[in-house]
Amino acid sequence: MSGTFVGMPAFPTAAREALGDTQLRRNLAHATHVIRDKRAKVVAEVEDWEELRLAGAGVKEAALRDLATHLETLEASLVRAGATVHWARDAEEACAIVAQVTKAHGVDEVVKVKSMATAEIGLNEALEAEGIAAWETDLAELIVQLGDDLPSHILVPAIHRNRAEIREIFLRRMGDVGRPAPVDLTDEPAVLAAAARAHLREKFLRAKVAVSGANFAVAETGTLVVVESEGNGRMCLTLPEVLISVVGIEKVVATWADLDPLLRLLPRSSTGERMNPYTSTWSGVTPGDGPQEVHVVLLDNGRTRALADDVGRQALRCIRCSACLNVCPVYERVGGHAYGSVYPGPIGAILNPLLHGVSDEQTASLPYASSLCGACFEVCPVRIDIPSVLVDQRAAVVDSHRGDRVPKAEAVAMKAAAWAFSDSRRLAWAEKASGLGGRLLRRFGRTTLPGGRAAAGRLPGPAAGWTGARDLPAPPEESFRDWWDRTDGGRDGGAR
Amino acid sequence: MSARDDILRGVRQALAGVSPAVEVPAAPRVPDRGDLVALFVERVEDYRAVVTRCAPDEVDQVVRDVLGSARAVVPPDLGLDLPGAVVDDVFTATELDAYDAVVTRAAVGIAETGTVVLDHQPDQGRRAITLVPDLHVCVVDGGQVVADVPDAIALLDPARPLTWISGPSATSDIELDRVEGVHGPRTLHVVLVG
Ligand code: SF4
Repeated sequence: MSGTFVGMPAFPTAAREALGDTQLRRNLAHATHVIRDKRAKVVAEVEDWEELRLAGAGVKEAALRDLATHLETLEASLVRAGATVHWARDAEEACAIVAQVTKAHGVDEVVKVKSMATAEIGLNEALEAEGIAAWETDLAELIVQLGDDLPSHILVPAIHRNRAEIREIFLRRMGDVGRPAPVDLTDEPAVLAAAARAHLREKFLRAKVAVSGANFAVAETGTLVVVESEGNGRMCLTLPEVLISVVGIEKVVATWADLDPLLRLLPRSSTGERMNPYTSTWSGVTPGDGPQEVHVVLLDNGRTRALADDVGRQALRCIRCSACLNVCPVYERVGGHAYGSVYPGPIGAILNPLLHGVSDEQTASLPYASSLCGACFEVCPVRIDIPSVLVDQRAAVVDSHRGDRVPKAEAVAMKAAAWAFSDSRRLAWAEKASGLGGRLLRRFGRTTLPGGRAAAGRLPGPAAGWTGARDLPAPPEESFRDWWDRTDGGRDGGAR
Repeated sequence: MSARDDILRGVRQALAGVSPAVEVPAAPRVPDRGDLVALFVERVEDYRAVVTRCAPDEVDQVVRDVLGSARAVVPPDLGLDLPGAVVDDVFTATELDAYDAVVTRAAVGIAETGTVVLDHQPDQGRRAITLVPDLHVCVVDGGQVVADVPDAIALLDPARPLTWISGPSATSDIELDRVEGVHGPRTLHVVLVG
């Protein structure tokens, strides 16, 4: 079974390890750039993209602000359509419900569609502890699961593995859990995909119980929506007798028509396609077609906590497209694992602290995993202002340490930053001072970043804990502001 | 207190003092694209699906040619003359696995995105039959093609199960190399009538 993120080191430590992994960095840089370009192309095709974003954000925001009403409507619609509705306060309750329904059918395995919610609650591990095998059926999730590994990207979770590694994992592990890979398996992607098709088909054809998530849940009609590419989703949603869907309460939209802006925004933002290969919608049970027993588990697990945060609430609009990951300079360099959560990248940096609070060091380090460049907001299809939420969450981290005798390095850094940012002359001074520091560090610093760039070594004093794990890039000798003044905004050429 | 009541109470508490009234701007419409059927064909082909256009009286022959010697399963009300094709008799998934191809009609075609939507009426059949065989031949009438997603949503009944299909099954999970066909039909052949 694949590992969990529990006990992951805090972001700075994990990021430093990841920074040294050149394979991961190369794969990620390639992936994020390819997807980013594809997205830009299909977004440019839509004349009124901004209006579409506003409509998408509006639909989600309206649903969140009257969430209790919509949840009650959803429950009633689902029951009317023949589904059984369960409610789960946390991960443990949700996992227990899935295990109980599965056991009631006397089976010891389920097939699964890739779902962020079930990854978030650690469902596979919980089922395993109950003696139930959960087979991931998304190709990337299969690679991650067979490799005893962790997903590194929302959209392409196995992007840290290259084709030779995937071939090796298939050859070594498929036979242990079902139909083995053919002995003459090559590392051609089409050949590897065919091996996965054959391996999983056996499981699809015999599966009695399937587990899914949902991209959207329509309150008015009781309709769940799953958006996918490979067809494993359709297999799971159609062939088994019993279907259990774990749905975060923030997935609700009010009406069937509300799906319109979202179904237009998601594929373009996510895989950079006009439309993803398959979208399935179903409302409870359809006699004679598909699963005849349908369960829906409505999951809280911190969502009401996030909902109560006036600044952070907007993070619940997220439709998990992963566009913000692909444009994030921090994510591109450190990769998905460093965030220690199923939600990596900019959205993870705000969602994890909002869902779970900032009391543990791992989560508390996440709001700092950003340079606040704002690229994430620019691409977000539902206009989540991630930088503002990050800043607000940083304040929450500092607040939670206000009583500490020795101030946290982050607290010191943020206080200093707040002091500097509050006055433009001070900011200019601080930039000059850090430029000077940069010159010294370049001379005496002993470490080098993987790209060969000089890195600042450990800073003395309270900042030691911070740079100790972070390999702070040495500040440039000349700040942007000095460069601008000297060159008249670059018109002078800027050579020095 | 039950989990249900606990969660609903928590949601209400979290939103105390928050106004539920949000102005939701209407989603924009696509501008007039001219010939919708031509756009539909172009966009379906963009997904590396195969498209054949034909006149109404040629459909049977075109589909027969596409199938060749493939063993085909068909829904009860397909309304085409296809010798050798077997009507779905609520086959199990394993039984369906013995078929090479499936032929169906569609509910709606979407020009902007090159999508066919099935609502699984008797001319399209149960969801399973369009999933297990490796070739899906989908007959779409020119009159069924609408401009964009909102037009399709307005026409479709959410009480029915729906399958939106945009090209063949695909994955980019291995080094972002696009591979057509993982679990769903590896070939999608759209026959556009009219
Ligand atoms: S925050 Fe926005 S851009 Fe990031 S995954 Fe969510 S919806 Fe996509």
